[in-house]
Amino acid sequence: MITLGHFNYVIVIVLMMVGFYVLISQNNLVKKVVGLNIFQTSVIIFYVSAGKIIGGTAPILIGMEEHGAAEELAGAGEAVAEVASQAAESVGEVVYSNPLPHVLMLTAIVVGVATMSMALAIIVRIREAYGTIEDDEITLMDLES
Amino acid sequence: MGMHLPALQVVIPLMAAGFALLAWRPRLSWTVAMAASIASFLISAQLLRQVLADGPISYNLGGWEPPWGIEYRIDALNAFVLFLVSLIAVVVTPFALRSVEQEIAAPRIPFFYAAWLLALAGLLGIAITGDLFNVFVFLEISSLAAYALISMGSDRRALSAAFRYLIVGSVGATFIVIGIGYLYVMTGTLNMADLAGRLPDVADQRPVIVGFAFLAVGICLKLALFPLHLWLPNAYTYAPSAATPFIAATYTKVAVYMLLRVFFTVFGESFSFDLMRLDAVILPLALIGIVSMSLVAIFQPDLKRMLAYSSVAQIGYMILGISFGSVTGLTAATLHMFNHAIMKGALFMAVGCMVYRLESSRIEDLAGVGRRMPLTMGAFLIGGLSIIGVPLTAGFISKWYLVLGAIERGWWPVAAVVLFGSLLAVIYIWRIVEVAYFRAPADGTATERVEAPLLLLVPTWILALANLYFGIDASLTTSAASAAASAVLGGGP
Repeated sequence: MITLGHFNYVIVIVLMMVGFYVLISQNNLVKKVVGLNIFQTSVIIFYVSAGKIIGGTAPILIGMEEHGAAEELAGAGEAVAEVASQAAESVGEVVYSNPLPHVLMLTAIVVGVATMSMALAIIVRIREAYGTIEDDEITLMDLES
Repeated sequence: MGMHLPALQVVIPLMAAGFALLAWRPRLSWTVAMAASIASFLISAQLLRQVLADGPISYNLGGWEPPWGIEYRIDALNAFVLFLVSLIAVVVTPFALRSVEQEIAAPRIPFFYAAWLLALAGLLGIAITGDLFNVFVFLEISSLAAYALISMGSDRRALSAAFRYLIVGSVGATFIVIGIGYLYVMTGTLNMADLAGRLPDVADQRPVIVGFAFLAVGICLKLALFPLHLWLPNAYTYAPSAATPFIAATYTKVAVYMLLRVFFTVFGESFSFDLMRLDAVILPLALIGIVSMSLVAIFQPDLKRMLAYSSVAQIGYMILGISFGSVTGLTAATLHMFNHAIMKGALFMAVGCMVYRLESSRIEDLAGVGRRMPLTMGAFLIGGLSIIGVPLTAGFISKWYLVLGAIERGWWPVAAVVLFGSLLAVIYIWRIVEVAYFRAPADGTATERVEAPLLLLVPTWILALANLYFGIDASLTTSAASAAASAVLGGGP
């Protein structure tokens, strides 16, 4: 079944839509920010899924003696992974996951945290200035003044 | 040292942001900001000279060769944008000193300059880098700094404006990063030049098309193309008067640069325009934007807000130039990017002078301001004439190229819309002139001269005179813009 094969990507799409829907439908500013955060998180999962190879291990130079152990670790539990590591063994190489998307997402997580804290800080100030964090009330007060 | 100029261009303002915060005393942090903007201006001027003379510069960060390492690649187009951004910074920073002291509480001023320098570093970073993910990172640096700058406005509506901008800006940036992700998945590279080489092989695959769409929407959100502009008017209106000229003159221009870079260099003209028909989407939006936003500007009660709506209309002109897809069109777009930055910078700084003295930017409060602040109003007038596109001002040159591009394509109605937009600009600029010169102040008492201090007037006039200079002798800007346009279209150096 195609959906199971792309399980990660289904999750990505669901999270993306949930986040975006929360962002546009909610009136409460904090809930909006939570929606935005879910939306951004979906992108993180998207990148990480793209970089992951089933059965692939962390991209660390593995010596001969730890070779087997690492493969055991990587292939534990998953039938597909077993096949992959067997295939890898037959070639005499270890399968690595692509580290680059993971590294990029470290940056994206930092950016997400920064955006979130910025937004929450502004919300605190909005609450001080307007006495509310409901979007419609703020719009109304803006229009009146 | 000379070799490392591309890195220093970004590193100096980035480091200075930290120092501005550590300096703590308002004047001292301003000095740091001023020194950093002068340094970046000198560097970008040198880079522009070098690029126009010897061709593109490639700088490998940390000695890692592209496509593995991050590459800073400077051709005629980004050198021009770098020059523009740092020019605006070096002119607006002296203006900020007094204006910020008046509008922002002293303990917060170091934070203001830290955000200011981060914004500068982010904008320069977007323009200079040749790595797509780096663009996203610098985009977020500059955007976060902009949210902070806007939220420091004295009106409480600055906060809701900053929040709305934050939501829209983050959605735009996330769209961009999704688009970059699709391209990475399909090609395994993030370097723009490398991507440009690999994309044609997979151009017919759906992920590339989806990535294209995400990037287009994300970037158009950032540059406030007509239906996606809703964050812009409030953000410009309620930002501190020193931050508005800086933000208005640089942010949307850098986003326009991103549009050019991504859709011409990375995807290539034939993919973006022949296959995806990007021009068919952005051309009508640009035209509707020009007319409708100029009309909206006419009815604004607040001067800053009026200029903000006029900005959205002017962005339409730039996008219009891009949608022609010809060298003339791109020259017009690049030229208008520069000219609009100096004219809107001059206008918003003149408004800043008025706000400094009159503490209001509502048009009815400006009655008689032409007599009370003749120098400020003079600068405003020059900027206004430039917006309209009167000959001998910079605005005329870019509109001339725009009309030329339209005629070259045989699109007479488009040329007519450009001219019609100028007529609408006459109306909204004339409204201000009428109030400022021909209407007496509401209370007869306030008639004495209240000219803004020199520190505010001089930078304003520098940009106003730049409008005249680049309108009379346009050889520097047109040659740089046409070099950029042909570089982007791959038609020689």
